[in-house]
Amino acid sequence: MSLQLDVDLQRDDFQLQLTGTLPSDGVTAIYGPSGAGKTTLLRWIAGLEKSAAGELRFRDEVWQDHQRFIPTHQRQIAYVFQDARLFPHLNVEGNLAYAYQRRFNQQGPSPTQVGDWLGITALLAHFPGQLSSGQQQRVAIARALLSSPKILLMDEPLGSLDKPAGQKILHHLQALRQHINIPVLYVSHDIEELSRIAQHLLILEQGRMIEQGALMDLCSRLELSLSHEENAASVISASILNHDTHYGLSELAIDSSHRLFLAASPGEINDNIRLRIPARDVSIALSASTDSSILNILPCTIDSIEQTGESRILVRLKLEQQFLLARLTKKSADKLQLAVGQRVYAQIKTAALLNEGSPHE
Amino acid sequence: MPRLLPLLLLLLTIGSSLANADTATIATAANFKPTLQRLAAVFEQQTPHQLTLVGASTGTLFNQIRQGAPFDLLLAADSERPARLEQLGFAIAGSRFTYAEGRLALIGYPAGRDLNPASLRAELTTGRGKLAIANPNTAPYGLAARQALEALALWPLAQGRLVRANNIAQAFQYVDSGNASLGLVAYAQVIHSPRAHWLLPARQYQPIRQQAILLQFGHRNQAAIDFMHFLTSPPAKDIIRHHGYAVAD
Amino acid sequence: MRSLIEMNSMLSAADLAAIVVTLKLATITTIILLLVGLPIAWWLANTRVRAKPLVEAIVALPLVLPPTVLGFYLLLAFAPDSPVGQLWQYLGGEQLAFSFSALVIGSVIYSLPFAVQPLQASFEQLPKSLLEAAATMGANGRDQFFSIILPLSRRGIIGAASLGFAHTVGEFGVILMIGGNIPGETQVLSIALYDRVETLQYSSAHWMAGGLIVFSLLLLGFIYRFNKTASLYPAGRVRS
Repeated sequence: MSLQLDVDLQRDDFQLQLTGTLPSDGVTAIYGPSGAGKTTLLRWIAGLEKSAAGELRFRDEVWQDHQRFIPTHQRQIAYVFQDARLFPHLNVEGNLAYAYQRRFNQQGPSPTQVGDWLGITALLAHFPGQLSSGQQQRVAIARALLSSPKILLMDEPLGSLDKPAGQKILHHLQALRQHINIPVLYVSHDIEELSRIAQHLLILEQGRMIEQGALMDLCSRLELSLSHEENAASVISASILNHDTHYGLSELAIDSSHRLFLAASPGEINDNIRLRIPARDVSIALSASTDSSILNILPCTIDSIEQTGESRILVRLKLEQQFLLARLTKKSADKLQLAVGQRVYAQIKTAALLNEGSPHE
Repeated sequence: MPRLLPLLLLLLTIGSSLANADTATIATAANFKPTLQRLAAVFEQQTPHQLTLVGASTGTLFNQIRQGAPFDLLLAADSERPARLEQLGFAIAGSRFTYAEGRLALIGYPAGRDLNPASLRAELTTGRGKLAIANPNTAPYGLAARQALEALALWPLAQGRLVRANNIAQAFQYVDSGNASLGLVAYAQVIHSPRAHWLLPARQYQPIRQQAILLQFGHRNQAAIDFMHFLTSPPAKDIIRHHGYAVAD
Repeated sequence: MRSLIEMNSMLSAADLAAIVVTLKLATITTIILLLVGLPIAWWLANTRVRAKPLVEAIVALPLVLPPTVLGFYLLLAFAPDSPVGQLWQYLGGEQLAFSFSALVIGSVIYSLPFAVQPLQASFEQLPKSLLEAAATMGANGRDQFFSIILPLSRRGIIGAASLGFAHTVGEFGVILMIGGNIPGETQVLSIALYDRVETLQYSSAHWMAGGLIVFSLLLLGFIYRFNKTASLYPAGRVRS
């Protein structure tokens, strides 16, 4: 029940070389800066990089080893390309039918269902050239789902879209998980985007795998570049305790001793949800101030400290099991004389809900 | 000024010789061009005139002359088209005469094979090869070939085996390349080659009268007029005969 | 209708036979041109072999060689004792020269660049990324060819077929050399027309030439109109 990789691909000025095992369920993100080899890795898994040496196994099937190479069309995958790649001679309906007629098994969703999920029913008669980029990408995702693949590969599906269009698709992608449950490999260089849909993360740099593991763990690891990003954030799981209709707030439990208030969130009591807390929106106080407007002040322990630039430091704060990231100026840290093991209070200015309540988590 | 004097003298000399020297353009049927080149060389040695030779099929030349081509004299491969030009007023009435008569020869592939009336009949009855002739509708040699085959009572037999070349040169190529096993071509094409041939008796076809005519364009051209006279002189007739044509004395 | 009847009276049985031979030749040649030209053009559009310019030059040679010269070499090649002639007879063919088959072979070689070049151009413009997309949806090579390559190269294919057809109808020099002018077998329209002009039958020649011109104008007009206005797929709004 996994995707086993061992690849060695040589290009003029680039080498992709990694060995590893990825989970074959849920959403696994392949993350890294541009030029890291993310797309190449995904294309190799799809069988589109034929020159690569290596071994590739998906569950109990061999896709490539030293004597076999299963061609792309026999791997029963689906691939969403950054540039949509709709067939220009077919309209939306024709593009969907193309995949549906060639689907890999009969249990998958129908064109009507998929059209509904992605909000493209009104576009069926349009040709690709008549669609906006966002619409094209939604059609491409719908088309990929209609193949009923064993695994869905997505290569920066939001990469060529503007922010609102990207957000809309992200919303669709999150909602899709209610309908189908196929493993997804999702390439992106945007950690915020990834933290909203991925559970697992593979970090790629210069063709090598730096680390892989649960997204929540990797996000707060100070030695990884992830936490050094401008929009670095910790991802926290919590459950809904109750909804306060008077103030329009929901109370969440992170663990037995930490509570958090958030603008009214959808979801039922006891639903598990994920939160994204940007490092720049967390500050540290030595005492629990009662005269602050900040609502969420959590007691925690300093786990580690790392200097990330001339004037900045990054602090990893331990709750019970989970971690928060806080980004401070070096001056503030020196003033407070912060040290590992110290008990402090994290003041959380914002926290964003990453997914709607879902019983799976 | 003194330096220009020799140049001036030179120009005067050329000018005076040009007074009785002319240049003529002779349009000739392609099959006669090799013979004409020899004749022109002799003619240019004997006279101060210069000749320019243009070779093409008689039909092509005919159409070009009708469209005003600047030819002074036409040496056709037949008598029909010079006569038409005369009627239509493109040529000088009364200047038409037969300068040569074409002769028909049978050739075969391979080049050394024995050729005679019997081998022609045998090939047409039991062989499988093609018989190449020039197109009887357009080429005088083709018409003569047809007449000869009719005289030999082989015309009906030949029907399925005939290939009609655009002209006599192409008929020769068909045989020479081995695509046709026999061909009726101009004797002029083979007279000086080591290739075996059978010269058909002249009685088996109408004479292939190749006629010359002075064209309107050349009616004052002394070179063209002198060359017409030269063609009827004994030395010219010898050259023509030597190239495989018959000429009346 | 009246003009058709008039025209009928102007054309002899041999002329009609020549028209039939011409159309048959052009049709068969066009079909073979597509069958031969598609793989050559596809290979040329995709290969990275260093000999590619050489192959392109060989395909384009008929554009440069005078048709009668090409015809002359074909004639030499078709001779019964040449390797080509031997092979043909070994394969059970009758004599090649002066046969309809010879005209087909000659026409295919002569018109090959007219078929290969538009095909190659449209294959080169075809985004290979779409074939990758099709492969991820389970389409094998053959499936991709029929479902993606052919429809997206429609313009190139129609162009190649029309140009190949038109060029064969107007072919003269090669056929003059290898045809042998056999009525009903190798006498095509252009040869019959040439015969008429050579034998001073101008009125019949005018009819045939006029018909050829009208036919060619219609055909070429169709090609250019198709190339210009027929949009392959609507591309209405500008993509955002």
